[in-house]
Amino acid sequence: MSALDTGWTPPPQSLAGRLGDLFWRRPGLLVALMLLPPVLWLGIVYIGSLLTLLLQSFYSLDEFSGLVVPEFTLATYAELLRPSNFDIILRTVIMAALVTVASAIIAFPIAYVAARYARGKWKALFYLGIMLPLWSSYLVKVYAWKLILAKEGILTWLFAKLHISWLLDAILAIPGIGGNSLSVSYIGTFLVFVYIWLPYMILPTQAALERVPANLIDASSDLGGTPAMTFRNVILPLAFPGIVAGSIFTFSLTLGDYIIPQIVGTSRLFIGQAVYTQQGTAGNIPLAAAFTVVPIVIMGIYLTVAKRLGAFDAL
Amino acid sequence: MRSDGDRAPLLLRLAAAGGLVYLLAPLAIIFVYAFTTEEKSFVWPPPGLTLKWFAVAWARPDISAALLLSLQVAAVATALALVLGTLTAAAVSRTRFFGRETISLLVILPIALPGIITGIALRSAFSTFSIPFSFWTIVLGHATFCIVVVYNNAVARFRRTSASLVEASMDLGADGFQTFRHVILPNIGTALLAGGMLAFALSFDEVIVTTFTAGQQQTLPLWMLEELIRPRQRPVTNVVAMFVVAATFLPILAAFYLTRGGDEIAGSGK
Repeated sequence: MSALDTGWTPPPQSLAGRLGDLFWRRPGLLVALMLLPPVLWLGIVYIGSLLTLLLQSFYSLDEFSGLVVPEFTLATYAELLRPSNFDIILRTVIMAALVTVASAIIAFPIAYVAARYARGKWKALFYLGIMLPLWSSYLVKVYAWKLILAKEGILTWLFAKLHISWLLDAILAIPGIGGNSLSVSYIGTFLVFVYIWLPYMILPTQAALERVPANLIDASSDLGGTPAMTFRNVILPLAFPGIVAGSIFTFSLTLGDYIIPQIVGTSRLFIGQAVYTQQGTAGNIPLAAAFTVVPIVIMGIYLTVAKRLGAFDAL
Repeated sequence: MRSDGDRAPLLLRLAAAGGLVYLLAPLAIIFVYAFTTEEKSFVWPPPGLTLKWFAVAWARPDISAALLLSLQVAAVATALALVLGTLTAAAVSRTRFFGRETISLLVILPIALPGIITGIALRSAFSTFSIPFSFWTIVLGHATFCIVVVYNNAVARFRRTSASLVEASMDLGADGFQTFRHVILPNIGTALLAGGMLAFALSFDEVIVTTFTAGQQQTLPLWMLEELIRPRQRPVTNVVAMFVVAATFLPILAAFYLTRGGDEIAGSGK
């Protein structure tokens, strides 16, 4: 760029060179050009589709003809409040909350040891222990649990071998959450949900724990903090955004899943299944669309709270 | 970080070990079931072991057709996601501009919202605009949620790549394209490879969005879902399940070695 000072004239440039110079002088132009394809893609394909869906939820289904009436109405949303539909929403949200809490409790020791103690060989083992279940086929994992929870499967066998079959029978006899076998009970659905989403909780928690500066821990113990106090007052508050970040995944994924409760669990529906049935066999697209708005709204609130808790910096 | 001599308290180690068993045992069980002689139930322990289901599974044309479709979709979706994800990452890490946060949110949204929403949104858009189901409708859905994986990997690497390298290249007379080819690309190459592999795995495995965008076509996960709901030949499903687990093992190991030195956790963005 020093052509003026020296009187030296640059050789005639190729098109690529001139373009390069243009981008160098106007970096905003380059950024805009780079952003154009992804923004167009996500804007048209994704946001466009979402808006089409949202529009449908303000239509209603004519009960006699079975056709969608394209007129603005809130009747479809009112239908969500019917006891049968509202139960579905409540059931799903409670399940998502329980799964999230259980994942956080199971994930924390794994993440803690992986982040602060595991070295070398152990680090690799923890990495594989988290990554293999994360990236293994979702359906294969569900299938594995169908094998495990089946009445003739390994869990029943294990309980029998340990001579505690009575315990399994007692658990299955609990009204509401029990059932004929684990694979057709809420307990089964819960176990599979926790298993499938657990890695999503471990990874952000582990990342947050790894970022806790060692000198803060040293400082805490130098100032007389016992390990328990250091843990409660230093490590846990710093790891908390990571746990919240993980909970975004466990909560959101449980809210929208319709395959796990279909394969392992009772015949009572979850939101995802309701959406699937409404848009498929029932042909009631407006109600299906209204049902999808529920997780969107819940996640919107959840993400706003999570952002305030600093979860996005921990992602 | 504590020094290496420190050991975790016993209770903590037990909890972590128990967690690892919970995470890994179900995958191990899949391997045993692939060899069982039992055809009608999921009985444990297997009454006998056999290799015959491998031959049966190998000869089934519906499995190979589904596998082929899955591989093709994953390849095209990954290619699209690589281009779009890298562009977004480059733009976001390069400058602070108006709407930067919105762009990040836009990229993360297809993963943050439940898959069924992406699925039904695409489905209703297809039917509104009378787009028939095809290979490309599946790709469209897959590429949308694969962008974030590539983006996450690339953005972490861009942050670590010093801007002075690019300036040095320009000062030495390289134009923008030469700089990209000889300076930027070698720097972000392994991150793109890791991101691409993870995107491929994500697409290869996707079932929820695919059920809405595939129509009558069958990818391997859709085949598997069909077998889960209406089992036809359980031992064949066992064999396919084992192969799918074994096939994920290798990319995971490769991604581990590729990103080992980095501070990013491969796959954390799934």
